[in-house]
Amino acid sequence: MIKVKNLTKTYVRNKALDNISFSLNEGDILGFLGPNGAGKSTTMNIITGYLSADSGTIEIDGTDIIENPTLAKKKIGYLPEIPPLYNDMTVQGYLEFMFKLKKVKLPMKEHIATICDMVKITDVKGRIIKYLSKGYRQRVGLAQALLGEPPVLILDEPTVGLDPQQIIEIRKLIRELGKKHTVILSSHLLSEVQAVCDKIIIINNGKIVTSGNTDELTATGKATARMQLVIEGRMQSVYSVLERIDGVTRVDEHGECEKGCYEYFIESSRDVRRLVFRAFAKTDYNILSMKPVSVSLEDTYLDIISGKTEGVNNNVSDI
Amino acid sequence: MSAIFKRELCSYFTSPVGYAVLAVFMFFSGIFFWVQCLYVGTSNMSSVFQSMFFIVLFVIPLITMRLFAEDKRQKTEQALLTAPVSIAGIVLSKFLSALLMFAFCLCSYIIEGIALSFMTTPDWSVIIGNVFGMALLGSAFCAIGIFISSLTESVIVAAIASFAINALISLFDTVSSTIPIAFIKNFISSLSFQTRYGHFALGLFSLADVVYFVTVTFIFLFLTDRVIERKRWA
Repeated sequence: MIKVKNLTKTYVRNKALDNISFSLNEGDILGFLGPNGAGKSTTMNIITGYLSADSGTIEIDGTDIIENPTLAKKKIGYLPEIPPLYNDMTVQGYLEFMFKLKKVKLPMKEHIATICDMVKITDVKGRIIKYLSKGYRQRVGLAQALLGEPPVLILDEPTVGLDPQQIIEIRKLIRELGKKHTVILSSHLLSEVQAVCDKIIIINNGKIVTSGNTDELTATGKATARMQLVIEGRMQSVYSVLERIDGVTRVDEHGECEKGCYEYFIESSRDVRRLVFRAFAKTDYNILSMKPVSVSLEDTYLDIISGKTEGVNNNVSDI
Repeated sequence: MSAIFKRELCSYFTSPVGYAVLAVFMFFSGIFFWVQCLYVGTSNMSSVFQSMFFIVLFVIPLITMRLFAEDKRQKTEQALLTAPVSIAGIVLSKFLSALLMFAFCLCSYIIEGIALSFMTTPDWSVIIGNVFGMALLGSAFCAIGIFISSLTESVIVAAIASFAINALISLFDTVSSTIPIAFIKNFISSLSFQTRYGHFALGLFSLADVVYFVTVTFIFLFLTDRVIERKRWA
């Protein structure tokens, strides 16, 4: 449904995107993750035709956006980071304008009514957009993206400004939409991507750092075991014992938690609980607590961004 | 394309801008008509049209100032540029909406002509010729205003810059009088909006003047298209 090949974009001298490639099938929900300035919005803006790329190709449902932008744009529904709303219009007037602008061939009134019901803005249809709350504005933005039932939906931070109940509803809606549409979603909320998306691309400094499905990425993080330890004894000596244990890759000391007892976090390439126990049994230092720390997608993400963990699938075109 | 045209046209009347423009234009048109026609007792409206030149210079930046600047500020340009419409289509729709708004202003001349017809027989050819000339002048001013609006996010900056540039081109004839070399003087003078429009105000129809205004309009609309396209590549 979406094929992005070797996308490169430079802003003056700053390379915003560096040879990005990926492809998505119908019904995929892809989450775009990355720190600020990583290139998420630039990628989305190029896919929607808002910006041009220096090089690379984008195909939307078999239509090249550079060769046939008008047809390709008809197949995309886009909700930018800041919803493109005309403050002087009513919600109904705005959606009718967007309906005509997108040259949708469906019956206008019925189609708009269906979408308003879907995103729950029917009760504010007659209100002027300027007076709407942020949550409603976001939902009106989402409604305009859904006009014309486009096969591809691109949503840049779709739940920003919504209350928790609305966030749950919109996430549920996106999952529903994913059955009929191909969805690309960017979010700074890792939990959101984890809850909604089947596939994830992590992007940093304009490059795809890793990609894969949510479970694969979490498993990548689990390849690194973490433990929290509280050990009684001189800190420097305990530290050196921990460092010498086979498989331990990192030791962090987190200060004194009780008198003479220090807290440590260790990372290892495998399960080292038994080795730790045996190593301290031979010494005068006592282990007071040993607790494995679970690895979330957030940890994996932070590790990947900071370069501690390698991605699962660097051949991103396979995604 | 028609969706953008209708939206822009409606937006003049969902804000005070459209009413303010109409009020200012009709107020001054009425004053000049009363002072230079009714009070003097003449049916020749040429002097009214000449006097209105400077009002048009002031009014059109108000019509064009927000056309692209507001879209940039509100981020609605993303909706326009990701819609299945060409950039040329967007520029043309906005231009036509501004021109139609200005055409509403020009209706005041027809009303004045009708008012005059109750007292005497007005020279309709002069009135219609002048309205046509002013529409051409308005078209060039609108194109320049839209171009300036595409360069900035601030509607105030767009209005002031449009006014300044329109005024500068209009006053080319005054500037040219200081140039001693004859052919440069004539060339610069011929670029002046005031000189070109002055022919229409005097009841003279010249194809060269029509071509001049149409060319200026085309050049600035083309430049607007390029500015927006260039931004996509920035």
